[in-house]
Amino acid sequence: MTEYVWLIPGLPLAAFALNLALGRYWLGRATGWIASAAVGLAAVLALLVFFETLGAGEGGRTVTLYEWFGVGDLRVPVAALVDPLSAAMLLTVTSISFLIHVYSNGYMAHDRGIHRFFSWMPLFVFFMVLLVMADNYVLMFVGWEGVGLCSYLLIGFWFERPEPYVAAKKAFVMNRIGDWGFTVAMILTFLTFGSVAFHEVFAQVPEVHAQDPAILTAIALLFFLGATGKSAQLPLYSWLPDAMEGPTPVSALIHAATMVTAGVYLVARSTPLFASAGPALLVVGIVGALTALFAATIALVQVDIKRVMAYSTVSQLGYMFLALGVGAPVAAIFHLVTHAFFKALLFLGSGSVIHATEQQDMRKMGGLRRKLPVTYWTMLVAGGALAALPPLAGFWSKDEIVGAAFVNGYPLLWGIGVFTGVLTAFYVTRALYLTFHGVPRDQHVYEHAHESPAVMTIPLVLLAGGAVLAGFIGFPPEAGFVHGFLEPAVAVEGAEHHAPDYLILAGLAATSVVAGLIGIAIGLAMYARRRPDPAAVARAAGLVYTLLVNKYYVDELYDRRAVGLFHAAFGAGWAFDVHIIDGLVNRLGWLMGLVGGGLRRAQTGVVGNYALSIVAGLVLLILVYGGYAAGVFQR
Amino acid sequence: MSLVPLGAFIAVSAALFFIGLGGVLVRRNAIVILMCVELMLNAANLALVAFSRRLGLVDERGSVFVVFVFVVAACEVAVGLAIVLAAYRNRPVIDVDQMAEIRG
Repeated sequence: MTEYVWLIPGLPLAAFALNLALGRYWLGRATGWIASAAVGLAAVLALLVFFETLGAGEGGRTVTLYEWFGVGDLRVPVAALVDPLSAAMLLTVTSISFLIHVYSNGYMAHDRGIHRFFSWMPLFVFFMVLLVMADNYVLMFVGWEGVGLCSYLLIGFWFERPEPYVAAKKAFVMNRIGDWGFTVAMILTFLTFGSVAFHEVFAQVPEVHAQDPAILTAIALLFFLGATGKSAQLPLYSWLPDAMEGPTPVSALIHAATMVTAGVYLVARSTPLFASAGPALLVVGIVGALTALFAATIALVQVDIKRVMAYSTVSQLGYMFLALGVGAPVAAIFHLVTHAFFKALLFLGSGSVIHATEQQDMRKMGGLRRKLPVTYWTMLVAGGALAALPPLAGFWSKDEIVGAAFVNGYPLLWGIGVFTGVLTAFYVTRALYLTFHGVPRDQHVYEHAHESPAVMTIPLVLLAGGAVLAGFIGFPPEAGFVHGFLEPAVAVEGAEHHAPDYLILAGLAATSVVAGLIGIAIGLAMYARRRPDPAAVARAAGLVYTLLVNKYYVDELYDRRAVGLFHAAFGAGWAFDVHIIDGLVNRLGWLMGLVGGGLRRAQTGVVGNYALSIVAGLVLLILVYGGYAAGVFQR
Repeated sequence: MSLVPLGAFIAVSAALFFIGLGGVLVRRNAIVILMCVELMLNAANLALVAFSRRLGLVDERGSVFVVFVFVVAACEVAVGLAIVLAAYRNRPVIDVDQMAEIRG
């Protein structure tokens, strides 16, 4: 089966080509089913590959399609690395993509640009799969840039309005900053290791570490810069909330479940590199923890349902980097998988609410649980998973991350993780309560709300199933299926392996659960019983509240400082280009014209002159030749 | 063998050459210029034949080369006269200086 692994990206690519070529005039809404079928088939193949990898034991297999290019020592094959890590990612990506594609058939049914939507979506799946299964950094970078492109196209899907267009541009530019880090890291990798293939690079890590550990740190940090851009970590996170201007299925697929986890995957894939890279891993952990806390605080006060989810995504991605940083890559990938299920579900649920009410502002909702029962119950499950309530999926993975931070000796990061857990539980409670409970605050919106069609609710139910069950692949903690499966793929040479101490783990789990319950309790107290009243709390918090509502003024800061600085720098670059580069070329052309104009006078058209010049030349030739022959010119 | 010394041939050849050269430079009639070019070519031929004769049976390449020059001269006259004829049909002048106005 593994030989046919290239069909997994091939099918979505074919769907993309077909929909792009014929979608506009002939296929119309059928594009949605073509794309869904292609991605569904890819998911089935991914499942088969997954099971085969399961039986194959340790190590990975490389499936080479052809050599893309070779320059000197640099050989870049188009080759897939099929190992537990990529197989698990493939399965997650394709199965969630399939559900979201099906859902989109309902959500986008009445959009005029549906053929465009269903061209970019399978293209995105193609690039995401390419990113995940690449066996070298260059091919991974192709997927990395490709998903960025699709993200840009889909955020700006409704480009008739200014906000999506601006948001798309912002996402693209902020990603470029990260991609710069990725590119430089890639070049350094080649210069240091003489290869860009994962297994060749990782095999040489101990050797290079002995000679020059600093270069490893540099490479790791630059890769991490790329990861912060793609995965929306501090300081490059602010594009993700704005990316919510895109259609909701896009937010669910690209900006919650798959693309934004590419950074986590990159770091997890490069675990051997990061583990030997000195302080790099600690930087990853600290950035992750700070992002988790920072984004969660902003999510507390947002009123747009999708923005709450967006900040929540940033926060959860922070948890994943925290896990990577404290040396628990398995927990990071585990959380990536469970998060993909429950966050995709939260987004699709929000999409269902938006579809029903044509509102994104939670202040105008309320009481919708009677109108949208399926959406309500599925989102409740996902919310519970996000708040890490046992036995839902989020509990197992998040608890493992927080636990790993404690066990591996980072009590401060553990504290941040637990505190962020309280905030997470609070904001998800608040969002769900404001949307579905209480009295309808806008009667008009309430009366027109209706449950979504089956094509949308069935994916919700399936994802809810995932949000409940996905956690059990990690049961029992630290010795479950996911650990045994992923451990060989991310194992680092010489890392000590200690048996889990279930007493400590149980204590830590209890702490997390209590933290989650506290958050939910505060949320219910404030929004159900109005004691304390949220408005009063906001007034009491005063400046802090203003700061949070304005998202710490980070966008304004970037606009004023960074963007202004770059404007000045690029203005100078523009002037250099126009006056020096272009000026040089233009002046050279002008000089040629001048010389040509002078020489033009020699062409009199009088045959006698030409004959005379021939004779003059002849005489000169004879004189010079004769002079040489006679030895006049010799010293 | 020969009563006439080589120097005489060369002198006649040089004289013919410079007469031709002078004609090309001085005359304006296109036909005459072509004739003068012909004269120069034949001056060269004379020199070649003279050297060939002097070298006797050792090297006959000079004589062979003369035949090539004949061919080139025939082509040159054919093309040259065709051009002059075409120019004359266009405008009834044969003076090369007045043909200057056909330049681009």
